[in-house]
Amino acid sequence: MELMLEVNSLAFSYGNGPVFENVSFSLKKGEVMCILGPNGAGKSTLIKCIAGIFKPAAGSIRILGEDTASLGAKGIARQIGYVPQQNEVVFPFTVLDFVVMGRAPHLSMFSSPSAEDMEIARESLEVVGLSDLAERPVSSLSGGQSQMVLIARALVQEPSLLLLDEPTSHLDFGNQVFVLETVQRLASLGISIVMNTHMPDHAFLVGSRAAALTGGKLVALGEVETVVTSKMMSSVYGVKVAVREIEDMKRKVCLPLNGKQYTETKLIH
Amino acid sequence: MPECRYPRIALVYMLPVALLIGSLFVGRYQTPVSAVVDESMKAFSSLFFGTPASVSTQHTILFNVRLPRILAALLVGAALSTAGASFQGIFRNPLVSPYILGVGAGAGFGACLAILLWDNYLLIQLMAFAFGLLAMFLAISMGKASKGTGTLVFVLSGIIVNSIFTALTSLVKYVADPYDELPAIVFWLMGSLAAVRYGDLLYILLPMFVGALVLFLLRWRLNLLSLGDEEAKALGMNVEKMRLIVIVCATLLTSAAVSISGVIGWVGLVVPHISRMIVGPNYNRLLPMSMVIGASFMLLVDDLSRTIVATEIPLGILTSLVGAPLFAYLIRRGRMGWN
Repeated sequence: MELMLEVNSLAFSYGNGPVFENVSFSLKKGEVMCILGPNGAGKSTLIKCIAGIFKPAAGSIRILGEDTASLGAKGIARQIGYVPQQNEVVFPFTVLDFVVMGRAPHLSMFSSPSAEDMEIARESLEVVGLSDLAERPVSSLSGGQSQMVLIARALVQEPSLLLLDEPTSHLDFGNQVFVLETVQRLASLGISIVMNTHMPDHAFLVGSRAAALTGGKLVALGEVETVVTSKMMSSVYGVKVAVREIEDMKRKVCLPLNGKQYTETKLIH
Repeated sequence: MPECRYPRIALVYMLPVALLIGSLFVGRYQTPVSAVVDESMKAFSSLFFGTPASVSTQHTILFNVRLPRILAALLVGAALSTAGASFQGIFRNPLVSPYILGVGAGAGFGACLAILLWDNYLLIQLMAFAFGLLAMFLAISMGKASKGTGTLVFVLSGIIVNSIFTALTSLVKYVADPYDELPAIVFWLMGSLAAVRYGDLLYILLPMFVGALVLFLLRWRLNLLSLGDEEAKALGMNVEKMRLIVIVCATLLTSAAVSISGVIGWVGLVVPHISRMIVGPNYNRLLPMSMVIGASFMLLVDDLSRTIVATEIPLGILTSLVGAPLFAYLIRRGRMGWN
């Protein structure tokens, strides 16, 4: 199958030492890649580099075989949708006005969205299940609704790749699951997804692939099962972690261990 | 809900025209309706059919004194409000005024210097305009030279530029002749449209037209800029370039306005808020609405300034006296249209 995204030896630096370097991975159509790693590991920076917000210090990013360095900001935005961690909207646009801003890369500099663009925005709201909120101001939405509206705006870009920067942080349990289900649904529609997450469990829930970023390097990359292991997660997060299969659910979970279990080294492979 | 709102919004767009006609009647010199209609017909026919122009006192008052001043008030109000709304968008802050980059202080200094050196009306305007632009270029180059990113550095450079030009203005006041130049400087700084003639309008028309047209065409993109640099970039926008274009256009509007009216506060801050309450924050509707409300507000205040008492009240004083309580009222109502 055709490679949707290829990241080759990517490096980024704010000027005083690299945030990360030599990051390489690739993604096929409809695959979901979860990037795990501790706070400050550079997960968000990596996502922003791929989105074209930051300029990488070295390496290349190819989307559908084309180098993003030659695509320009507009060209990148037609292929890659970026969903930020949280939005601080100063002015309370209506949900529809906010979502239709995702049409920007498809419009010329002096034009405004047409009726057709509005229709695309409405359809995208339908995909995330928020059609009823179209006329509501974005400032009145709950955390979960805001996240879905941000996803809807990225979908309006009609991207082949979606980047989500910790889409479930700040959300309650139910909304986390709801967002993850949406991610899965979008992947099944053929969109490739790269997603940062703090919860290794989320990789089991939605991921087809996973990567662990810590100390400025990708220390693990591959199928979720091979990356989210108790040994790898323990070393990445610096706490003791167990990965277990829930037999009747045929699914793995990743659990932190408490003090007593610490000493029972048998539990920790 | 939105459907029933549009007829009312259309009415707001008629407001400047209604006020223009109404303002012709306003003033110390009594002008009955019949006289205004009569003189308008004569002026119209002399303009389009070449009949000899009326030379009556009424004609002079209506079309050589009141009309240019009315047009100036409309233009200045629209310009300051459009600039204010645009600056609020790119700085992502509803408390930003058109003078954020020190344009007002720069223009004020230019005018004061011209009063001190030449006391020529045209030169005062030119110097105000030029120093307004200079202030903007100083603020921008300072912002670009700094290591920081985003809008905050522009705000800080604006504060620096503002304080430098305010100090220089004080210096000019200090050395000015206290019986002749100083009152002229003080009066200019308080803002007035009393001396405006057609010739002045002609010369501000080009920068205002260019600034307003470009901002009007870019108005939907202002929505994107108000999301912040990273999100705008991720949506494919060249943020640095776009911000620069908006700053230059908004400064053209502000400098042109200040050069004929003096520094008039509050309009560029309050009007975008009123407009946001009427049509919401989407710049597609907000920018044209700000133009219309700004023009109407300025004209109303100017009408007040020439009628309340026998002598003129400087405009800057009135806009603050009218604008500040209005702003307080809006805050109390809690319907500012932002978070």
